[in-house]
Amino acid sequence: MATRHQKTLARFMVAPSVLLLLGWMIVPLAMTLWFSFQSYNLLSPGMEQFIGWTNYKYFLSDPAFWQAMTNTLLIVIGVLVITVGGGILLALLLDQPIMGQGVVRILMIAPFFIMPTVSALVWKNMFMNPVNGLFAWVAKAVGAQPVDFLAQYPLMSIIGIVAWQWLPFATLILLTALQSLDSEQMEAAEMDGASAWAKFTHLVLPHLSRAITVVILIETIFLLSVFAEILVTTNGGPGYASTNLTYLVYSQALLQYDVGGASAGGIIAVILANIVAIFLMRMIGKTLE
Amino acid sequence: MARKVSDTRRWTFTILAWGVALAIFFPILWTILTSFKSEADAIASPPKFLFFNWTLENYAEVQSRSPYFRHFLNSVIISVGSTLLGLLFAIPAAWSMAFQPAKRTKDLLMWMLSTKMMPAAGVLIPMYLLFRSSGLLDTRIGITVVLMLINLPIITWMLYTYFREIPGEILEAARMDGASLGKEILYVLTPMAVPGIASTLLLNVILAWNEAFWTLNLTTSKAAPLTTFIASYSSPEGLFYAKLSAASTMAIAPILILGWFSQKQLVRGLTFGAVK
Repeated sequence: MATRHQKTLARFMVAPSVLLLLGWMIVPLAMTLWFSFQSYNLLSPGMEQFIGWTNYKYFLSDPAFWQAMTNTLLIVIGVLVITVGGGILLALLLDQPIMGQGVVRILMIAPFFIMPTVSALVWKNMFMNPVNGLFAWVAKAVGAQPVDFLAQYPLMSIIGIVAWQWLPFATLILLTALQSLDSEQMEAAEMDGASAWAKFTHLVLPHLSRAITVVILIETIFLLSVFAEILVTTNGGPGYASTNLTYLVYSQALLQYDVGGASAGGIIAVILANIVAIFLMRMIGKTLE
Repeated sequence: MARKVSDTRRWTFTILAWGVALAIFFPILWTILTSFKSEADAIASPPKFLFFNWTLENYAEVQSRSPYFRHFLNSVIISVGSTLLGLLFAIPAAWSMAFQPAKRTKDLLMWMLSTKMMPAAGVLIPMYLLFRSSGLLDTRIGITVVLMLINLPIITWMLYTYFREIPGEILEAARMDGASLGKEILYVLTPMAVPGIASTLLLNVILAWNEAFWTLNLTTSKAAPLTTFIASYSSPEGLFYAKLSAASTMAIAPILILGWFSQKQLVRGLTFGAVK
């Protein structure tokens, strides 16, 4: 039983972290909220004034916003589908008796450790470049027209690059979960003559559900804020074709100096993330108990 | 019980797995190979895979054209510094949550995790303006503190899952034997906590090393870590493939090696102990 003294000590030990995180959440967020109701441009200092909901009206009626919103969700969903789907397949493959499994694992996990600016630049220049890229060479070698990926399919290219970074993560976690599957249960199912598909849907998938949930949660946290990959490949373009909400706020604030408008965008991004978060936390709360 | 596996099956899966693994690893391999080529060989068509004049000149050039090692040092200072600072706050917190859990501990942990869900875009502007007015823009201390705050929830969660596995009975046994609180911490708890703290350190250094939102927005040159430095290759230097590859290889090599060592901890660390 904890004594009163111990309880006080425990609170004292937790307090610094909690206060730090609370401050980190509340102070900047309150400032963003405040700016979002101001007319505030860095190019005209001293002209700040309260303008009510104007920034929000402007931002919400801007076609760029809806495109950025759609792109944000497309990036999250696209990458999740590729990495979770591909991750399950790869985990099943790696769980088979293969030779040199250790090395295969090491090769496969590598992209997760590559910093986003490096992977984006390598893909952009050395693979997707329509003149000197490897893909262009492959296309020419088979007699096809080289594709300018980042100009013609900017969003899909970015989804591809980000998925390459996150596929190893999903694979590794799903593989770890898969290896804890009870092999006796599998053998029993085999003896009962269960088909491979039946084993997968009735034994493997339920066993993986917890790991899949965790993968979705962690990836979503990072995917809602994809930034570096967009900055160094397309700068959000052409037009707004590959701009997500994070990048839109960045460009509105630091490239166009419109603090008020960007802040309204930031608040909208927070609201969107909260909706996703509530949804996710429910899901995770259920599976993690 | 080991199941009997036919040779064909074993070979098929082995070839398939190696093929997929090599395909996934290929961009990294290609970057490393290109870093040893001359610029002409780097864009040769058809591409040269292994048979070219291996050269180290790109590595020399990267350093002579830019203060590469300063950026490298910045990366080390920022990632290790932010993690150590985070541990300073997280160790006591995780400790008391693991050994003196209160009714609300679970909620508190969930709340900490939820702060990670806050999109950076929502706080970028005030942070940028605060940094600008207080002269913290492009300083190591500024970016270190921000990265610490970002990773604090993960550090706390990871430590919590490790600490929780230390059996409480051991403490009681030590107490029965008359160990003082100081001795209890020094001789009983610390040795059991060190592996958990070490894996937390390792994983968070990796995360901080690769962080590329705040580093790109809050640093430009003096305090710029490798993420920002590499981004400056976006244009027009990006067209010099061999130099880009050399700079990239140097930026990813240390963390790739650390990462391979931390594979196992990575899974339990990033899944908050939910998958082991």
